[in-house]
Amino acid sequence: MSAPFGALLGRDIRLAYRRRGELAMPAIFFVLVTALFPLGLSPQPELLRSVGPGVVWVAALLAGLIGQQTLFKGDFDDGSLEQLTLCPMPLELVALARVASHWLTTGLPIVLLSPLMGLLMDYPGEAMGTLALSLFLGTAILSLLGAVGAALTVGLRQSGMLMPVLVLPLAVPVLIFGAQAAAQAARAEDPAGALYLLGAMMVLGISLAPFAIAAAVRVSLES
Amino acid sequence: MDKHSWAWFHRFASPPYLYRVAGSLAPWFAWTAALLIGIGLYGGLWSSPPDYQQGDGFRIIYIHVPSAYLSMLCYSLLALASAVGLVWRLKLAHAVAAAAAPLGASFTLLALVTGSLWGKPMWGTFWVWDARLTSELILLFLYLGFIALSRAYEDSRSGDRASAVLALVGVVNLPIIHYSVVWWSSLHQGSTRFFGEDAQIAPSMLIPLLLMILGFTFLFGACLLKRVQVEVLTRERNAAWAMEVLR
Amino acid sequence: MKSLHEFLSMGGYAVYVWPAYAVAVVVVAVNAISPSLRLRQLKAEIRAHGAAKP
Repeated sequence: MSAPFGALLGRDIRLAYRRRGELAMPAIFFVLVTALFPLGLSPQPELLRSVGPGVVWVAALLAGLIGQQTLFKGDFDDGSLEQLTLCPMPLELVALARVASHWLTTGLPIVLLSPLMGLLMDYPGEAMGTLALSLFLGTAILSLLGAVGAALTVGLRQSGMLMPVLVLPLAVPVLIFGAQAAAQAARAEDPAGALYLLGAMMVLGISLAPFAIAAAVRVSLES
Repeated sequence: MDKHSWAWFHRFASPPYLYRVAGSLAPWFAWTAALLIGIGLYGGLWSSPPDYQQGDGFRIIYIHVPSAYLSMLCYSLLALASAVGLVWRLKLAHAVAAAAAPLGASFTLLALVTGSLWGKPMWGTFWVWDARLTSELILLFLYLGFIALSRAYEDSRSGDRASAVLALVGVVNLPIIHYSVVWWSSLHQGSTRFFGEDAQIAPSMLIPLLLMILGFTFLFGACLLKRVQVEVLTRERNAAWAMEVLR
Repeated sequence: MKSLHEFLSMGGYAVYVWPAYAVAVVVVAVNAISPSLRLRQLKAEIRAHGAAKP
């Protein structure tokens, strides 16, 4: 099973790499949204320190989701999605490969950029690892959730803002625990509890979301 | 298993049968609801004494609690109907889910509005990021997402199946959302003066409340049956029985 | 036995209690009436166009 999984993952990443300009957009969006908050609120370090973890997390959440609307669009339009359902590998694994490639190309850059955003928000340096770790776990869950939304709306001609509206309510626990872990680390408290819960949600997501994504893809192909 | 023991179940898979049963049951549900709510309102608004702490402000409880309860009952029904529809490919189960969604959304909205009208005199503000209010708000968005997704599809069968998948994802998430919000609000704010489960509730208050909850459930049933009729007839308008039913 | 005025003023909470009940009445009324209206409209459509129209 692992060879076709790897091949699919490699294909998706190669395709993403050929469109480097588009690939950079979620990361740029993430930096931009984070930078808007000091401008909109006030650049006082105390204020930034208190809202920083939440701001970085909301920015990461939006950056990940908005780019994900088109996760299955290209393959749906040219018919390769239908071909993929016919390949001997279960559709659930195909979905997981697609989520993994999406996370590697958008989630990971956001995780790597997060310490920089932490600096902008006057986030304490020694807690930076926790911020990145919380985003590492969180963006993976968000990629899984977003893929469900993307698969549900891929067959629609005019989906517009529908996919974020479907997914954002489901993303609330991720935001709560992720921002909580980052905020606790900034106050030099122990963030282990929130991180464990994020980890548990990631395991739950990896085991259940592929089934939902596959079911949603099948529904979209039927329509 | 004996084939005949499922006969009753299969009859509900027949659109004209479900349409007729729903139509004939709805008035009974409506009258039972009217009776229960009537007695409940008399007991709750008129004959019971004011609360010693909240005065007459507590009387919002008689609509707030039933609608909050219905908002959750309705989501379970929605998820159950969606699961049945997906697993057994039963079109009528999707009709029930589609009928339940707007009802659930409206009762969720009612719970939110009455909750904030209650919050103003008790907490001093219309909105508190209390765990229950927050999860109720998220529930409203889940309902709205379900409705939006099912209507976004031109083909109603695909819309049904897509929104059913969403409902199942939502129902797995609901406990996680609820407990995350509880944990979050307990960390963010001090103890709210929400008189909770530990508070003693007087029988003069409890009996009308139970009557109202039961009454609202029957009311929900009546509205649901009517909506099921609408959904079934909309989906089956081209079937031969649709003409027969009008005669 | 309390007076009607006492009942209507709700011990000073009338501004909160009665709007809450008003909203409930509106929501219940809409939920109760709209499916019946829709059903009637639907039946009229089916009668007018017959079962042939998609």
